[in-house]
Amino acid sequence: MNTWQDSIVELIRRTSAEIPDDVQRAILAALEREKKGTIAASAMKIIEHNIALAKQKSQPICQDTGSVLFYVDCPAGFDQIAFTEAARAAVKAATQKGYLRQNSVDSLTGKNDGTNLGPGAPTLHFHQHKDAGVTVRLMLKGGGCENVGAQYSLPDEGIKADRDLAGCRKAILDAVLQAQGKGCGPGVLGVCIGGDRATGYEFSKTQLLRRLDDRNPVQELDKLEQDILNTANELGIGPMGFGGKTTLLGVKITTANRVPASYFVSISYMCWAYRRQGARFDATGKILDWLY
Amino acid sequence: MNISTPLNEAAVRKLKVGDAVEITGVVFTGRDAVHKYLAKGGELPAGVSLTGGIIYHCGPVVIKDDAGNWKVTAAGPTTSIREEPYQGDIIKKFGVRAVIGKGGMADRTLAACREAGAVYLHAIGGAAQVLAEHITKVRNVYFLEKFGSPEAIWELDVVNFPAVVTMDANGNSLHTEVFERSQAELAKRL
Repeated sequence: MNTWQDSIVELIRRTSAEIPDDVQRAILAALEREKKGTIAASAMKIIEHNIALAKQKSQPICQDTGSVLFYVDCPAGFDQIAFTEAARAAVKAATQKGYLRQNSVDSLTGKNDGTNLGPGAPTLHFHQHKDAGVTVRLMLKGGGCENVGAQYSLPDEGIKADRDLAGCRKAILDAVLQAQGKGCGPGVLGVCIGGDRATGYEFSKTQLLRRLDDRNPVQELDKLEQDILNTANELGIGPMGFGGKTTLLGVKITTANRVPASYFVSISYMCWAYRRQGARFDATGKILDWLY
Repeated sequence: MNISTPLNEAAVRKLKVGDAVEITGVVFTGRDAVHKYLAKGGELPAGVSLTGGIIYHCGPVVIKDDAGNWKVTAAGPTTSIREEPYQGDIIKKFGVRAVIGKGGMADRTLAACREAGAVYLHAIGGAAQVLAEHITKVRNVYFLEKFGSPEAIWELDVVNFPAVVTMDANGNSLHTEVFERSQAELAKRL
């Protein structure tokens, strides 16, 4: 599995140091929108400079290299155990190279052994598909944006949200208000309406694998995505919560069936330092092409 | 405007919300473990003085280069609000004049800033490379074994480190203003 290990180290390096093109375009557009001379504009300028510098130096865009989340699509018969071992070895090697910070703490003892390995670290999601190839997506999700994620159980009297799309809208916009700049905005929301508490959050995260410039094929959800994006950007929270025109860069929403008794709206917030990359691999683990 | 450590009270009290500053001098990183430790009565390690000093909420990526010297390769701010239970007491007890972080802090810290003459400086979250460029040297590290690398106290030389005053010593907070304004805007759109 050495080829796999080397390829995954490269996937980690690229994810940590290089912002995907779709996100970079959205950030440049946001920089254009902010009024010149404001602290919001200077924040966006530093962000733009940071993106260029990280790529040039092959260093982490953000020092919080986050939870390491792999999403693997593979054919039946693919050796998931061997892949997991290669991924763990790659995470350890990438940490030694400084692509990842020593970022994983034993929740019982508080010890950080510096390897980024432990229960749930890294996390791997495997999914079988009919295709013969293997696709691996990687998300590095920092703690600042993870901490402003939120899950609402509707009805919610505090925000007057009923069990309908209007109630979902209130919940999502309340999450934006509460997050302010704390999740390193301008950010992107991944949302799941429905599911249980765990699948709701899981599906909300996988929405962040969508390209920023795609459109939701479900008409009602597409409408809600555009509405949330436009409304959030009218609130004046702005980059880093400094005030300004760009509060969000994108909104991605999906649904999962729920039991009649539950109605969750789960929101994951991704910071502007949107570390998400992926590649298609051949059977030996060689990278064929990049996804984003 | 440029500010240098050690900071004196009069200069800090003149800073206003919205001022862009560039910091030169020494800063000490400190985040969750350090704040809890100090607030519960822990002593600063020998050699560390925060009087007139700056605490930076940051867990940097630090590697040893081939010559065995520490090098900061990524160093943006972490979310400050987690230190809200501790920050005010630490500002007052240790004579801290400025805290660098992101996301802002709340009423207790704002009150301590007013009382003691301190400010909150907002750095750009996620801008780990730009900010690392302004860190010229690792002077020392404390509690590395005890708390692990991101949570250790790193003593750093900084030059022209960029930040914005978002909470001043006169009781003003940009975070409160923006929250209230955005809450009112949202209410019109529900």
